[in-house]
Amino acid sequence: MNDLNLIKDFLDKDIAREPIRKGFGRGLLSAGKVNLNVVAACADLTESTQMSLFKNEFPERFVEVGVAEQNLVTVGSGMAAMGKIPFVSSYAAFSPGRNWEQIRTTVCLNDRPVKIVGSHAGVSVGPDGATHQMLEDIALMRVLPNMVVIAPGDSLEAERATLAMASDQRPNYIRLAREATPIVTTDKTPFEIGKAYVYKAGKDLTIMSTGTMTYQALAAAAKLEKDGIHAEVIHIPTIKPLDEKTIIASAKKTGKVITVEEGQIIGGLGGAIAELLSQTSPTKVIRMGMQDRFGESGKPDELLEHFGLTAKHIAIQAHHLVM
Amino acid sequence: MTHSIEELELIAVEIRQDIIKMLLHAGSGHSAGPLGLADIFTALYFDILKHDPKNPDWEERDLLLLSNGHCAPVRYAAMARAGYFDLSELKTLRQLGSRLQGHPERLKLPGMETTSGPLGCGLSQAAGMALAMRMNDIHHRWVYVVLGDGELDEGNIWEAAMLTSKYNLNNVIGIIDRNNIQIDGPTESVMPLDDLKAKWVSFGWHVIEIDGNNIEAVIDACAMARAVIERPVMIIAHTIPGKGVGFMEYDFHWHGSPPNAEQAKKALGELRTLQGKIRSEHE
Repeated sequence: MNDLNLIKDFLDKDIAREPIRKGFGRGLLSAGKVNLNVVAACADLTESTQMSLFKNEFPERFVEVGVAEQNLVTVGSGMAAMGKIPFVSSYAAFSPGRNWEQIRTTVCLNDRPVKIVGSHAGVSVGPDGATHQMLEDIALMRVLPNMVVIAPGDSLEAERATLAMASDQRPNYIRLAREATPIVTTDKTPFEIGKAYVYKAGKDLTIMSTGTMTYQALAAAAKLEKDGIHAEVIHIPTIKPLDEKTIIASAKKTGKVITVEEGQIIGGLGGAIAELLSQTSPTKVIRMGMQDRFGESGKPDELLEHFGLTAKHIAIQAHHLVM
Repeated sequence: MTHSIEELELIAVEIRQDIIKMLLHAGSGHSAGPLGLADIFTALYFDILKHDPKNPDWEERDLLLLSNGHCAPVRYAAMARAGYFDLSELKTLRQLGSRLQGHPERLKLPGMETTSGPLGCGLSQAAGMALAMRMNDIHHRWVYVVLGDGELDEGNIWEAAMLTSKYNLNNVIGIIDRNNIQIDGPTESVMPLDDLKAKWVSFGWHVIEIDGNNIEAVIDACAMARAVIERPVMIIAHTIPGKGVGFMEYDFHWHGSPPNAEQAKKALGELRTLQGKIRSEHE
């Protein structure tokens, strides 16, 4: 069932879990070691965003801007103007939540390779509640010309994505999650900016997922297999630019698509897939994610269940779709 | 210095004429700010800045950021006069396909260090540049950033004021165009800024206040600013909005409006005889 033989057995009950942001922290440290132009800035959340690893190793290449996200990204733009590759981090609710216009003007229109790191995205942030559960970041970043949007599926992929970002000359946004997320990839799983990956082949429908939801998609596919439904699972860590070829080919093959994301479906992965397929290969698409509403306080697992973002809910939708 | 103050004053008059002609041709744009800044930009491009118009990306150049991007016409005119591009290109301001966008775009025009227009972002970009230079052990280049006074309403400015001061980024030299007007009226009625000097001093800056329409004062203030190595310097340059065109001076209605043909003719007439330095009526 694990067709690429490149991801773990997602049915493993003892599957290791780690917050995706931890992978970012390691990736940034590695990037800093190989590229002296990599610098970092943070808005008073150095430990939370895991930028602390870099800060401790390279204090002279780290800038603490305080609780000032507009400054965070514009200082980053200035550093990029002088040849630096700045990674700038905060919670996604504040960056890119608060500083969107600065990102638009001083990073995207100005075309500087600033790397915006938004941690604590999605409802799985948990008890902090709706204000801190960023759900609109993908939509906000995806709409900007020149911007690359990345939502890694686990901590190992986040590490590889961070390294890839350090050698990418474009503005990038990377979305990180707070809670421990099951590790579905291995050291051998490929990652390239702009590529989507078929993690499991199938013929009856395609589940297209991004970020933390890829584990849930794989678990749903395993469940569906027992019911005789052969779901294809495509992990889409780069939401912009979309890997159109891989997505269209799968949609043509199965004719039925479910998108899953831990964010607003409006403007998110669901929006992106629907836009693409409506023009190239009209396909029935069910968009799973946040349905134009905010989150609330609760335990991460409770919230995923409450908002219908678990394998069980994906499997139910799949049954409806293939019926 | 390769130009005398008298020569620089004549260049400033030419730049003011360029601005009127550009705005008339474009049919839209800002009049008051660019006219008021003509002396500062003359001083910058013809005396203060270390730069090479034929090699805008020269690695040793000083950096000039225009945070209040709507004043782009004065920078375009100064750049053309300094030799970055032909004067004839000024007529393309705000037109389709032009390198001279309504608000400046770095990617379109070599010599623009940043894309700007949305207010409040220039000082923090200057700080980022200075931080990067310090990381690279570069201490002999300066980052000049021109700010409008109305744009000081933006919170981003004060975030940057704190950071620049925190890191003692003495390579940053700010110049506030203190002309006391913004779109909705006098700055002190829209959102009071005074005591402006005390604000910057309390944020840890060294502050120099000058007459921003006095070219010699601008040159001297920048020289003094470069000598202050213990903290960043903010030059509060008091200017007359619309300077040189009597019917525009001090009137906030000219902040965001261009002259029509009749007004432009009158303005150019005034500028030709400014300060008794009469120019040809047939130029």
